[in-house]
Amino acid sequence: MCTVCGCGVGEVTIGRSAATPRRSDAPTRGWKPVAAHAHAPDHAPPAEAPEAAETMDFGSGPARAHAPGLSQHEMLRIERDILGKNDGFAAANRRWLAERGIFALNLVSSPGSGKTTLLCKTIEALRGRVPVAVIEGDQQTECDAERIRATGAPALQINTGKGCHLDAAMVAQALGRLDLSGGSVLMVENVGNLVCPAAFDLGEAHKVVILSVTEGEDKPLKYPDMFAAADVMLLNKVDLLPHLAFDADKAVAFARRINPRLTVFRVSATTGEGFDDWLGWIDAARAPMAREA
Amino acid sequence: MHEMSLAEGIRTIVEEAAQAEGFGKVNAVVLEVGELAAVELESLRFCFEVVMQGTLAEGAALTVERVAGVGWCMSCGESVPIKALYDPCPKCGSYQVQPTDGTQMRVKALDVDGAVERAE
Ligand SMILES: Nc1nc2c(ncn2[C@@H]2O[C@H](COP(=O)(O)OP(=O)(O)O)[C@@H](O)[C@H]2O)c(=O)[nH]1
Ligand SMILES: [Mg+2]
Ligand SMILES: [Zn+2]
Ligand SMILES: [Zn+2]
Repeated sequence: MCTVCGCGVGEVTIGRSAATPRRSDAPTRGWKPVAAHAHAPDHAPPAEAPEAAETMDFGSGPARAHAPGLSQHEMLRIERDILGKNDGFAAANRRWLAERGIFALNLVSSPGSGKTTLLCKTIEALRGRVPVAVIEGDQQTECDAERIRATGAPALQINTGKGCHLDAAMVAQALGRLDLSGGSVLMVENVGNLVCPAAFDLGEAHKVVILSVTEGEDKPLKYPDMFAAADVMLLNKVDLLPHLAFDADKAVAFARRINPRLTVFRVSATTGEGFDDWLGWIDAARAPMAREA
Repeated sequence: MHEMSLAEGIRTIVEEAAQAEGFGKVNAVVLEVGELAAVELESLRFCFEVVMQGTLAEGAALTVERVAGVGWCMSCGESVPIKALYDPCPKCGSYQVQPTDGTQMRVKALDVDGAVERAE
């Protein structure tokens, strides 16, 4: 289960001490190379590994010599990234999007930072210039997708249930169901959570992190992974600054300490302040993709 | 970080290896986890136990090999040990440190019962 949001299965356990790893007392029989990618369940391994294949074939490993009927411990060398599956789907999504010149952004933030409001405002501003479609990720409800549809843009809601982030396989399914036109903009609103979505590449062109001025300036330091993974930060709700003690310069400095390359826009999704720069960035960033398609 | 998804990722890797290799039971799963990787190991152990139930890795031990964090400090122009991501360089205090090792999360090996003979 996720220690931040308590997502996942079962009850939240507090103060559960780490189990000491049981040492395997098994006699190991040396390392045996295993494929980087396993074959699909109904595929028999090919007799010969294809020349240019990026897979090491299981069949190429040394043969085993077992005493029949005797169960033996054996150490299989695997060497596979735990997130490799997600990264594979993400790469496929990225290719699929690039072929169609679709510019995809993955919007991430804590709940309530203003992602949906920002999306609605952005869609309105882009109306008539470029088609925008939205994938909405929430644990439950269709609310946000309905808010998007009210702007006239197509939106598909993904409910992750207890899951606290979208993954690339979910997005792959959504891509097949949304009728996306070539050269369009796809906005993905991730589940409100500043931790988990950082690790899951969806195939987007850029992650955009939204921090609102009603949160702490030190959020970038407390949740650095997300600010490191993002290319753009929108500091939202700046219309409220006169009423708050929030130090915007400090927040930006903290975010840049984590990620010196971060592009920052100070915006208000309610008043539209700062939107010219934000929209200008979208135009500039998507131009090469739209051209190549 | 979402430990449940990571545990499911481990299960998929184990199942795919079982499919290809035809082993009967997994006694232990050996992970390589960098000290800079965004994962709560306690939480991962819990999720691992839950997720492996009903699979051939039910009850398997989870062995975690840690890999120390290393970064490249742009100011010093050399590799420096780092304890946490986004920490300043221990030598010069600069924040321009690019992690170069210790962020990995990999299934390194499986200790299996190789009871099933594979036709060669
Ligand atoms: N004052 C102000 N409120 C905003 C702004 N953007 C969003 N909100 C409000 O913040 C709340 C949460 O916004 P929402 O878009 O649902 O956030 P999400 O959970 O990130 O999608 C709503 O009440 C919005 O009206 C803004 O720029 N200024
Ligand atoms: Mg929302
Ligand atoms: Zn989570
Ligand atoms: Zn240094």
